[in-house]
Amino acid sequence: MSAVMGRLARALASRWLLLILLVAAWEWGTTIAGSAFFPPPSTIVTRMHAMWFSGPPERLFLTDLAVENVLPSLGRMAGGLAGGAVLGVALGLALGLSAKAYDYLDGVLQFLRAIPPPALVTVFLVVFGFGLRMQLAFIVFSIVWPVLLNTADGARSVEPLHLNTGQVFRLSRAQRISLIVLPSALPKIFAGLRLALSLSLIVTVFAELLPGTTNGIGFQLTVAYSTFNLPAMWAGILLLGILGYVLNELFLVAERRVLAWHHSAQRVEV
Amino acid sequence: MLEIENLTHIYGGGGPNEHHAIDGLDLKVADGELLCIVGPSGCGKSTLLRSIAGLISPTGGQVKVDDVLVKQTPDNLAVVFQDYSRSLFPWMSVADNVALPLRRKGFDRRKRRAAAQEALESVGLAEAGRKYPFQLSGGMQQRVAIARALAYRPTLMLMDEPFGSVDAQTREDLEDLVLEVRRLHQMTIVLITHDIDESVYVGDRVVVLSKAPAHVVGDLNVALPGPRDQITTREHPDFVHLRAEVGRLVRGHTVAH
Repeated sequence: MSAVMGRLARALASRWLLLILLVAAWEWGTTIAGSAFFPPPSTIVTRMHAMWFSGPPERLFLTDLAVENVLPSLGRMAGGLAGGAVLGVALGLALGLSAKAYDYLDGVLQFLRAIPPPALVTVFLVVFGFGLRMQLAFIVFSIVWPVLLNTADGARSVEPLHLNTGQVFRLSRAQRISLIVLPSALPKIFAGLRLALSLSLIVTVFAELLPGTTNGIGFQLTVAYSTFNLPAMWAGILLLGILGYVLNELFLVAERRVLAWHHSAQRVEV
Repeated sequence: MLEIENLTHIYGGGGPNEHHAIDGLDLKVADGELLCIVGPSGCGKSTLLRSIAGLISPTGGQVKVDDVLVKQTPDNLAVVFQDYSRSLFPWMSVADNVALPLRRKGFDRRKRRAAAQEALESVGLAEAGRKYPFQLSGGMQQRVAIARALAYRPTLMLMDEPFGSVDAQTREDLEDLVLEVRRLHQMTIVLITHDIDESVYVGDRVVVLSKAPAHVVGDLNVALPGPRDQITTREHPDFVHLRAEVGRLVRGHTVAH
């Protein structure tokens, strides 16, 4: 037990040590270079603190600027992600359950998925106009594919004996889907959702760079580089990196909980 | 009453991989009988079982359960598959696995739980309900699959080489469990196996199939004194005689071709 703890502590220490070394090198390099385009991390962090995290304690230290920009970004991202996940799982199940539909539509879906979403932004602007509706539709469209295709794949590859068992015990169609197909597909659905999560941050920021936006982290980035406020621009970039990392870690924690049976069963088989 | 008439099944008919699995098979199983079907590996035993269970539609002939033609799985029929690790649901606890088929019977949650617990107790797994299948040994997982079938209270239980993937000691325990189940519950059991000794030890009657395409080549009554016991039954002269006879029937046909 203590040996395990020791190993864990060493692993953590070496991870943090590497991070500290990298940041130190970054600080040292940018200070030496003295370029206005590449401010040292200490300047960036100070700016981040001043812009977003120096608010009153009862508001978790969030400033007005954070409430006006970071929260709307997270809201758009969550809304788009939820919409895309629900739509992707529903359509993916429908597609995976029908071999015919899958054969007909697989090519079309792969084609649609291959189109980089930013290339379609004009289409979305024409259909939805500027604003929140267009942003949400754009995020949903961008992230629905990995969820949909993974769900369809998962629903198609259910263990035949599981389906036979459901058939023998005469479960209704709804019961077979909710009790057998959906749980079987869950590991693949989660793989799709994880891709969708990282993609949703990217496309949220992209949607906020478009004209007609009045808030969001992407909007703050536009304002920062149009006013040559480079520390603020770097602060936005760093914040996005941190957000992406934290959201992914939270997702992994949730996944480990929901798929505990899957991971344990796999460990036993290996 | 299970009646099989002139059952024939051809996989991939007309295609390059055409496989003639069963050919004109006739069989009648009386209520309450424990029938063992034995035959060489790959002879179409599983195809036969799947036809009875309504999982495949045979290309010829018919299966009737209680005078009703089987088109989908009949009421009150349960199956125990060989591959327990792929027939139990890994995302459900053992108790939920056992209680699953009871949803159809319109039991409420409490009644399902009680019935599942009772079935688990009858296979000697009273304490395992909260565990997950992967936390149990192979033999215990197969007990869970049997408990699931028992909780369903079938009148006909089909077992497809149920002890094919467990070790010898566990296998003997599970054979005795089947005999116990038969003693306590009124049901017809059809057990498919490729193990000759097992068929004679467990069955009231042993039907021997030829190699594919399968048809019946032997039908023997097993009149051994009960209760059966792994040691004394297996040394009984009638047992030795019967197993030799079944063995000849199984082998006779594999050698002749």
